[in-house]
Amino acid sequence: MLGRTLREVSAALKQGQITPTELCQKCLSLIKKTKFLNAYITVSEEVALKQAEESEKRYKNGQPLGDLDGIPIAVKDNFSTSGIETTCASNMLKGYVPPYNATVVQKLLDQGALLMGKTNLDEFAMGSGSTDGVFGPVKNPWSYSKQYREKRKQNPHSKSGDSDWLITGGSSGGSAAAVSAFTCYAALGSDTGGSTRNPAAHCGLVGFKPSYGLVSRHGLIPLVNSMDVPGILTRCVDDAAMVLGVLAGHDPKDSTTVHDPINKPLVLSSLADVSKLCIGIPKEYLVPELSSEIQSLWSRAADLFESEGAKVIEVSLPHTSYSIVCYHVLCTSEVASNMARFDGLQYGHRCDIDVSTEAMYAATRREGFNDVVRGRILSGNFFLLKENYENYFVKAQKVRRLIADDFVNAFNSGVDVLLTPTTLSEAVPYLEFIKEDNRTRSAQDDIFTQPVNMAGLPAVSIPVALSNQGLPIGLQFIGRAFYDQQLLTVAKWFEKQVQFPVIQLQELMDDCSAILENEKLASVSLKQ
Amino acid sequence: MAAPVLRRGCRGRLWALACVDGGSCHGRGAPTGSPSNRIRGQSSVAQQPLHTAQKPRKGEHNWAAVVGLEIHAQISSNSKLFSGSQVRFSAPPNSLVSFFDASLPGTLPVLNRRCVEAAVMTGLALNCHINKKSLFDRKHYFYADLPAGYQITQQRLPIAVNGSLTYGVSAGKERGQVIPKTVRVKQIQLEQDSGKSLHDDLRSQTLIDLNRAEGQLRVDANISVHHPGEPLGVRTEVKNLNSIRFLAKAIDYEIQRQINELENGGEILNETRSFHEKLGCTVSMRDKEAKQDYRFMPEPNLPPLLLYDATSLPIGTDPRQVIDIDHIRETLPELPSVTRERLVQQYGMLPEHSFTLLNEVGLLEFFQNVIKETRAEPKKVTSWVLNIFLGYLKQENLAVSESPVTPSALAELLDLLDSRTISSAAAKQVCPYSLQFLTVPLSQEMFSVTPQCHH
Repeated sequence: MLGRTLREVSAALKQGQITPTELCQKCLSLIKKTKFLNAYITVSEEVALKQAEESEKRYKNGQPLGDLDGIPIAVKDNFSTSGIETTCASNMLKGYVPPYNATVVQKLLDQGALLMGKTNLDEFAMGSGSTDGVFGPVKNPWSYSKQYREKRKQNPHSKSGDSDWLITGGSSGGSAAAVSAFTCYAALGSDTGGSTRNPAAHCGLVGFKPSYGLVSRHGLIPLVNSMDVPGILTRCVDDAAMVLGVLAGHDPKDSTTVHDPINKPLVLSSLADVSKLCIGIPKEYLVPELSSEIQSLWSRAADLFESEGAKVIEVSLPHTSYSIVCYHVLCTSEVASNMARFDGLQYGHRCDIDVSTEAMYAATRREGFNDVVRGRILSGNFFLLKENYENYFVKAQKVRRLIADDFVNAFNSGVDVLLTPTTLSEAVPYLEFIKEDNRTRSAQDDIFTQPVNMAGLPAVSIPVALSNQGLPIGLQFIGRAFYDQQLLTVAKWFEKQVQFPVIQLQELMDDCSAILENEKLASVSLKQ
Repeated sequence: MAAPVLRRGCRGRLWALACVDGGSCHGRGAPTGSPSNRIRGQSSVAQQPLHTAQKPRKGEHNWAAVVGLEIHAQISSNSKLFSGSQVRFSAPPNSLVSFFDASLPGTLPVLNRRCVEAAVMTGLALNCHINKKSLFDRKHYFYADLPAGYQITQQRLPIAVNGSLTYGVSAGKERGQVIPKTVRVKQIQLEQDSGKSLHDDLRSQTLIDLNRAEGQLRVDANISVHHPGEPLGVRTEVKNLNSIRFLAKAIDYEIQRQINELENGGEILNETRSFHEKLGCTVSMRDKEAKQDYRFMPEPNLPPLLLYDATSLPIGTDPRQVIDIDHIRETLPELPSVTRERLVQQYGMLPEHSFTLLNEVGLLEFFQNVIKETRAEPKKVTSWVLNIFLGYLKQENLAVSESPVTPSALAELLDLLDSRTISSAAAKQVCPYSLQFLTVPLSQEMFSVTPQCHH
């Protein structure tokens, strides 16, 4: 049952094959079993069971709230949840219990979804590995998959034991692991430079980034206000569309959301054929660092579209090479601004020093933030200084406009959807990932994903095939602004063509107790 | 303060920077000094550049002073500029604080329509050009009463620019002589208010109330001196002035201080000073000498503010969704300058009289009511109202609303005068206190006797 899609489970609930409480308990049990993945910071067991109870009453009365009623979901821990601790994986917000729900959380709860817990992330969503939060790194469930383990046994150089587990990607790694390991049917992530799509690709999931302005950011603790969006992680495209249908829409509390952009509920049609479709392949995305496996898959995907009658053309996004640098300037500048509120006065961590306000601020922020966050704040403040503002911030905004225009031009030339890789390679082992610092990794890993955030476009990562190592590889589709439905329709067709395999975690389930004994956690403090 | 339209208290803020006549103007750039005494942006409405009325001392060069005022005025609205919380006087501390006001993470600003309308009204009343597109920015600094670590303001492109205000300056030897002057209004901007800080020196701590900042009106004065014909001098900024009286004193003191300093070969530092009320002098706030860099950045959560007028409003637009400048213009009451002009034309009074009539709350209405009920000539009415009646009020320390003398009563007296029932001399012999007679129905008989003064 846990391996079903959202639609299938929803139907099962309606038909009474299973009750919300049973479903909830199964998921809670699996969460406990997979605790070593470190996907969850907070498991809201009581809350979820209570919600399940209420959902059950509704189903008994034949009055479920909708397709999400009774469905276990998880939420990244940078979304404000009323009465449930929200930490952003940072010391700064340890113990912070918000008094309100993020709009997207409220919408899910209003549909009767069961909130299983808050998932792990890089601190304040800064990172591409989900390795830099105070609660420790998240482990990719594929590390324990049959597909991966079998390949590794064939490799004479592979080490035994758990020390070479793989990262999930980031920063929404906890949400990705939670869905990938079947502990919930959908999870909310956030996407500022690829933070939903990247872990989706590494964990074999659908990772959807909606158009900027389509989904409310009220309650999403911001990283970059002008680029952040709530992201959706599911096991198939239809499920993502169902969740999007619930979340999308104007929110008076978020002045950057637009009015009436899409039809609801969102039901994707099945494309009979793609002969009317034009797929664009941006040539600048073929970079030397791209793994040959992914390059090959990308090429085969293009061929697939072509063989099915679609027009596939090469396009140019000429300012692509400037994108990552601009992204960093704008991102750090906004971060510096957004983090200014964390001073220990109203909420969150406060240091013991009370000699003066300034001393208190300084110590609180030093203690509360990790090096990654502090580094970005310092950079951002540098760019915002009067003498630097024109040369850095304003310049970056201008180039940002050019990057956005690149996409507009491509779409205006007749392209419906762009097809690109999502990541440079498959998921790497943690020990290898941490050889480079956060900044370096982010610059590398975000390369295909962050231009989309700069332009505010919708994009989705679809799992395509397993690598030679038995690990998931995803490809990215990018659409025109507010053409989210059309984008998902194309993605759905593609998903059907590639038939990505289901992760085989049976061994994991059976052996998990053994794994728990053997594993050595590298200086991790697990949330209770 | 002059016009009634400017007397709004606001919770959001309008901020205006005035320029002095003659084209010189203090730049808007980062003010100096520490946040500790910083006036939190509140709305500033007009500013009043003042020409120095001082004559240069004998044997010294001519000096001219240049004064620019930043006025922070709170908008009178039911809720705050960016959050839904209410605005109310004397509420318990921190009882009117929304999640946004407390800067809880994840909260976003939502613009208050009423505050925008107030800003447009103020801009129109001050003859400003209303910018159909204006932008919001973040101004960053750390201070306990600024929970987000930044203030949302309009630094790049404010809502209104290039206005003017005519006002009257009491001058000359005769009481009541008023000289009309005009001041330029550089801009009006909306900005977020801060909280209130209460310093508890006993316990070495500061208490913060996030309901609203202190004071409906706060003024910063920028002052410099120079020789006419030469470039402007270095300016200082005097902050935390919240009465007109202290504002005037501070400016006069600072002008003289600067003149003295320069004439003695010293130099003026571009610094922030505060006004010491008891000593009547300005004092340097030296503890934060480094200039603050506010790291201005566009506010990403508020799209550009677009206003419309009759020509640009798209057909079929829901009026609740937009603000129409022309519609607001139509709802403005008669502006003081228009009223004054009308009084001069209609009643033949001197301009200075029109200033006085408008400057006293309720006096214009009183005057007009007397006019309605009396046969006497307007000039007579003007004279009686402005001299004898107003004089009486001042002596008794009464507001017009507290006057025991009604317009009807004064009208009756003036009729008696007019019909020569009583002589002007007799009427004038009636000492101010005996205006109390006017609270009693008048009859001719009362004036056949020499009136006595009563206290």
